[in-house]
Amino acid sequence: MSRTHVTCTINGDEVEFLCEDDTTLLNALRDEVGLTGSKEGCGTGDCGACSVIMDGALTCACLVFAPEAEGATVVTVEGIADGNKLHPLQQTFLEGAALQCGVCTPGFLVAAKALLDENPHPTETEVRYALAGNLCRCTGYDKIIRAVLAAADYNGSEG
Amino acid sequence: MAIIEQDTTNPGFKWIGTRPIRPDGYEKVTGKARFGADMMLPGQLEGAVLRSPHAHARIVSIDTSEAETMPGVKAIVTGADFPDLAEAGAGAADLDLAVNVIARDKVLYEGHVVAAVAADTRKQAQAAIKAIKVNYEVLPHVLTVDEAMASDAPILHPGTRTKNVEPAPEADSNVISRVVQQLGDLDAGFAAADVVVERTFTTKPVHQGYIEPHAAVADAMPNGRVHVWCSSQGHFAMRTMTATVLGCDPTRIKVTPAEIGGGFGGKLSIYLEPLAGRLSQKSGRPVRIVMNRDEVFKGTGPASGTKITVKIGATNDGKLTACQSWLGYEAGAFAGSPVGAATMTMIAPYQFENLLLEGYDVVVNKPKVAAYRAPGAPMAAFAVESVIDEIAQKIGMDPIELRLKNASVEGSQAAYGPKFPKIGYVETLEAIKNHPNYQIPLGPNQGRGVASGFWFNAGMNSSATVHLNEDGNVTVIVGSPDIGGSRASMALMAAETFGIDVARVQPLVGDTETVGFNDVTGGSRTTLATGQAVTEACEKVKVDLMARAAKTWNCDVADVEWVDGQVQKLDGSEPPLSMAKLARGWGRTGGPVSATASLNARGVGSAFSTQVCDVEVDPETGIVRVLRYLTAQDAGRAIHPSYVEGQFQGGVVQGIGWALNEEYVHTAEGTMDNPSFLDYRIPVASDLPMIDTIIVEVPNPGHPWGVRGVGEVGIVPPLAAVANAVSNATGCRLTDLPMSPMRVLDALNQKSNGGNGH
Ligand code: FES
Ligand code: FES
Repeated sequence: MSRTHVTCTINGDEVEFLCEDDTTLLNALRDEVGLTGSKEGCGTGDCGACSVIMDGALTCACLVFAPEAEGATVVTVEGIADGNKLHPLQQTFLEGAALQCGVCTPGFLVAAKALLDENPHPTETEVRYALAGNLCRCTGYDKIIRAVLAAADYNGSEG
Repeated sequence: MAIIEQDTTNPGFKWIGTRPIRPDGYEKVTGKARFGADMMLPGQLEGAVLRSPHAHARIVSIDTSEAETMPGVKAIVTGADFPDLAEAGAGAADLDLAVNVIARDKVLYEGHVVAAVAADTRKQAQAAIKAIKVNYEVLPHVLTVDEAMASDAPILHPGTRTKNVEPAPEADSNVISRVVQQLGDLDAGFAAADVVVERTFTTKPVHQGYIEPHAAVADAMPNGRVHVWCSSQGHFAMRTMTATVLGCDPTRIKVTPAEIGGGFGGKLSIYLEPLAGRLSQKSGRPVRIVMNRDEVFKGTGPASGTKITVKIGATNDGKLTACQSWLGYEAGAFAGSPVGAATMTMIAPYQFENLLLEGYDVVVNKPKVAAYRAPGAPMAAFAVESVIDEIAQKIGMDPIELRLKNASVEGSQAAYGPKFPKIGYVETLEAIKNHPNYQIPLGPNQGRGVASGFWFNAGMNSSATVHLNEDGNVTVIVGSPDIGGSRASMALMAAETFGIDVARVQPLVGDTETVGFNDVTGGSRTTLATGQAVTEACEKVKVDLMARAAKTWNCDVADVEWVDGQVQKLDGSEPPLSMAKLARGWGRTGGPVSATASLNARGVGSAFSTQVCDVEVDPETGIVRVLRYLTAQDAGRAIHPSYVEGQFQGGVVQGIGWALNEEYVHTAEGTMDNPSFLDYRIPVASDLPMIDTIIVEVPNPGHPWGVRGVGEVGIVPPLAAVANAVSNATGCRLTDLPMSPMRVLDALNQKSNGGNGH
């Protein structure tokens, strides 16, 4: 079987991989590139566990074919921290106990980062609507929303 | 950042009650944590599963010959590849377990496994299952309690006679068994009542809805050993069950727990493990099988659909005099709905002297139900708490006052048997009554609802091992999967026991061969029972270290004491010996220091929760919006308050989903019509307000730290709390869940057409 060669930038690194034409970006990230931080909760675009930022836009990696990522810039949960320095969202999620099982956490962190990149000081309602595409079954969202708001404050105080 | 608070609600504790960052958190926020589907072994094959498209059918034949020749296919299994446990004399539960994992002569629900394939790639495996030819003879099916109990219903399991009915029935039935709770004199109780309210309620099956689908990897060795990696609520139980289905001794199997992406009761049983195991044995290669969401909905979970009638009598001054109830619980395709727990929990908050509760466990052509957080209790509480609310309305009494007047307290008789030891129900009622949320004025189309709930909590078997390391820090190994932060609690209990900084404790979850036996993480038991094992193991290490210090000082062990992580001589004649110093000297005092504690935790502390919900109902659309939500729950002792609150909040929101949106929708053919998160709608962030919490702490006298367990009872009250709020807002009593916009509109229309919402 012939496989497609894809070159793209993932978390700042140029990455090449081979995949089939109908391999999803999510499966390529997980199985070909070895980045298993992005999760599959549904495979149909309904849970946000696979959220990545692709060319600046929040994207469900389960809804993108991997060859569509040719030439694209992709950020996954593994690329949010600066080396071992956590992103403010990662820090506030930890401090605020915004994860229980943690399987939704990668998707929430990526989606929340996409929100704060656009809107550094969202209201609670804006956070709730921005994250409405991410399902969490453990937390009831309360602590997730608070952690995102706390990270936004952190943005402010850190300049 | 101000979101960490050091709680001061637990004077006398240094670590318990604080909110440190959980030790396993860093892996989870950086994407490094390995969940079930993240495992990748060299040479690993990918599996796919063929499932029944029919709700009920006889399997006439299965032809795998074409699939076997397809590219990449390495192994195929069908029911014929697994031992016939009936021949081996297995009990009913094991037989059901095995046949639920893979069908033999009949499929009993849509999604029932018929065959599985391992191939080089997932795509090849999926192509191969499509090429397996199954010849079905479709049989008539039943989907609900009413259909299954009809006199002419098709029988799922011929030969089944209902248990616990007099006289013993002579006909086959879909009713597996009857359970009864009885007290006092029902007729006298109703005769003493001034008001009697009777209503019938229905609820639909709902799924636990964990975000991580089931996944299993198995690697079989030529000597018959099988190594399984899976995410579950109990790897020891996975080992036992997998061995049962494969027909081998449990210790031929090693199970390594992956991080688990939510369970809520739905990951207490096996689904994929024996399939992956047998495929690996046949192919000689590791095999990974991962479900998709459609398979999770059709092949696992859900919680029972129910039909429940409740009749309660009360006097005008608010004394509850009698309760009668009939409960029919769908078990899915095999016996075992939680109807027994329903009858035992439903009126536990109240002191009823007269009652008769009759429950029926009914099989239907749907997936075998699985536990879901306080299994069986929320639906029954929905019925009872709705009727209690209506009684409060009828006699013009505040719903909290009515509950306070009848509340179970220490020493009162629980209908299910024991007298209650120290419990905190009244405290939850008072916490709600005194909270500002309970006084906020409501606007038009808004309503407020109160409800309470009870759950036993569990103890069961736990083991833990504690190692002192050469630097004086400790490793704590437990065998209870960590679903929602239990490693953090274990570390806190160990830190408190030793009197050392929690950062010096490294907790981990060991596999089935590195730590002693542990029952599942379920029944809200882990912090209680495994926490007790950790505490006892730490105490043993302390005792050992005090003996080592006495030996070092050449004094009697009675002359030393443990203070804040070090051993002191009572007379102060020697400088204290820290854990690090004792570790450095262990070569001279008897070698390294470790201890294990294994126990059956007996001091279970039951839990109550009371909740108040404010809603606004849109009269145009029927949409119910939750405006405010407050829950007060007795935790006994909150070890890590943030994760206690998280359990409360998560349970409440699952309950709100159950009340308002979630349901299995079935077609006339008995297939599921909404097997995706698009159509099976769980609550999302924009549906909800913050969930306010009050941690009530009435310490459990049976536990060293007072822990009761917090995971489950929070989901018991919300169904009724939301329904009571809707009733208060609209004047319509909704008795069927979910209260979807269409149902609410129907009720509003009926009322405006002169029908009686009540
Ligand atoms: S896996 Fe992509 S949205 Fe759920
Ligand atoms: S923390 Fe478990 S799904 Fe969100």
